[in-house]
Amino acid sequence: MSFTDTYVEVDGCRTRLRRGGAGAPLVYLHGASGAPVVMPFMEKLARRFDVLVPEHPGYGLSGEPEWLENIHDMAYFYLDFLKELNLEDAVIVGSSMGGWIALEMAVRDTSRISSLVLVSPAGIAAPGVQPADIFLMPPEEVIKNLFFDEKLAQARLAQPEDIDISLKNRHTTARLAWEPRLHDPFLPKWLHRIQVPVKIIWGRQDRILPVGILDELKRLLPKAQAHIVENCGHLPHAEKADEFVDLVCR
Amino acid sequence: MPYAELDLEAGRRNGTVWVKLPNRHFDPEKGHRLYNRYLDELEYGEELGFDALGVNEHHQTAYGLMPSPIVTASALARRTSKTKIAILGSALPLRSHPLTVAEEHAMIDVISGGRLISGFVRGIGAEYHTFGVNPTFSHERFHEAHDLIVRAWTEPGPFSFRGRHYSVQYVNLWPRPYQKPHPPIWIPSQGSKETIDWASHPERRYAYLQTFSPAKVVARYLKMYRDTCKGYGYEASDSQLGWAVPVYVGETDQRARDEARAHFEAFRNVFVRMPLEMLLPPGYTSRESLKNVMKAKAQMFGDVTLEQALELGLFVCGSPATVLDNFKTYWSEMRFGNLLVMCQFGTLPADLTRSNLELFAREVMPALKRLA
Repeated sequence: MSFTDTYVEVDGCRTRLRRGGAGAPLVYLHGASGAPVVMPFMEKLARRFDVLVPEHPGYGLSGEPEWLENIHDMAYFYLDFLKELNLEDAVIVGSSMGGWIALEMAVRDTSRISSLVLVSPAGIAAPGVQPADIFLMPPEEVIKNLFFDEKLAQARLAQPEDIDISLKNRHTTARLAWEPRLHDPFLPKWLHRIQVPVKIIWGRQDRILPVGILDELKRLLPKAQAHIVENCGHLPHAEKADEFVDLVCR
Repeated sequence: MPYAELDLEAGRRNGTVWVKLPNRHFDPEKGHRLYNRYLDELEYGEELGFDALGVNEHHQTAYGLMPSPIVTASALARRTSKTKIAILGSALPLRSHPLTVAEEHAMIDVISGGRLISGFVRGIGAEYHTFGVNPTFSHERFHEAHDLIVRAWTEPGPFSFRGRHYSVQYVNLWPRPYQKPHPPIWIPSQGSKETIDWASHPERRYAYLQTFSPAKVVARYLKMYRDTCKGYGYEASDSQLGWAVPVYVGETDQRARDEARAHFEAFRNVFVRMPLEMLLPPGYTSRESLKNVMKAKAQMFGDVTLEQALELGLFVCGSPATVLDNFKTYWSEMRFGNLLVMCQFGTLPADLTRSNLELFAREVMPALKRLA
């Protein structure tokens, strides 16, 4: 399945967009480390969906708009993105920071959203659960802690890194998530507004956002379906692509 | 104002004494003795003829026991009568309300009869970790807090202030500062073009104080400051330039080195040390500067011996004649009008700190003052 690689302009931000496949639209919202390449799970999803993989404002090759100051700005941007591209009944799949963006979008407006798939999402703090401090860890340490399978971490570390892009990604992540750290304390108040179906997928051995947060999220979203992926770290879509795609398509 | 009683091995094992060194390593009884010793040493500085006594702000670290320089400056305001008291500086972006800085500095200025020098800093990177303040807003918060403070000091109140980070319906400062239009403002910095552009602007002309850097780096930034002033169409006066550097004076070169070695190396290699991610969180500096630091990482983050530090001009140490000679050479290159000597550093004990202060004040300082 081949993906196109183009740019779209939304809210004055030149936004990189990979798009491939056919079917209902599915927008993948990446996490703090961006979405530099088309990954196997995207190819697999493209057999069923019209898969759209934007790079967020402030990440990768997308622009860095001055208006981007917090996660709410990002949520409004993606609501405008859905409108600008005239997407309807879109599945929003968000990993980590991307899951947080999906939640912030959905409490505001689900008129163009058919369902959410939250993959180890940030955005919610759970009592007694301490996420990893990704800002104090050296970048290599973050990568080692992303995966359950050490070989996958080593493979990721062996890939050449574009230092400018990784500093840019880290900057934007700090801008959005430094304080309060990786969550919005006011978000739980409004989660009841999310009436579309929600799936939550979490790696059992997630060392970045521990799976304990899932209990809190299930309490806040009682109708959501939760799936824990065994022998899996923070990125189930990367680490267990087949199982992940099955869960999304199920 | 280090926690000189620190178990240095524990500090080393922890990798840094900042942010996450468990505070069980702080013993309040030892802390009580240290605070009083350091305050005595500062007060002795007046007797020895120093023009100003400097205090600074660092948080949640064994490096420095002054989370509030306001407390130490207040104590000095009552126990001294002639010297200036320099707060170098208050970390503006870390405050949730900058008016508290305007008020506290104004109080000290009034209590001391106009002896306050107000320094403003952003706080170091580690403090964005300890305080949770978002480092990508650090510059914005600094500038906005500065504007609010200076307006509060100078404009008739009440007036309202509308910023993006701070918003106040009634700014109406009681007390107003003693000095007119306000206490002199100094900007301590580890070196940054953005800071120099801002501090040297004709509307401000704030004294720029380069802190704890190799002499070559100090010279480069002080020259950058002068050049920037020229670009603005005026000549910087020497009084706009300053250098803060640890100094140790002993009877002879050899004795000075022997006495200072362990204490300086503890300062440089234990108390100052921190990993890159702690020192420079995202947004604290430009990404360009961050990349340059990453390239120089090995050099910046490795251990430095006393001899290497002397070579680099990170430290000035020797007999009175050697120290005077070094400073004369540095001064003729850089023409800094202000020299801030750190006469206590790391684990340097009370007796050596005292003899250092005395030798510097009696045998080095008078000749240095005549240079200006």
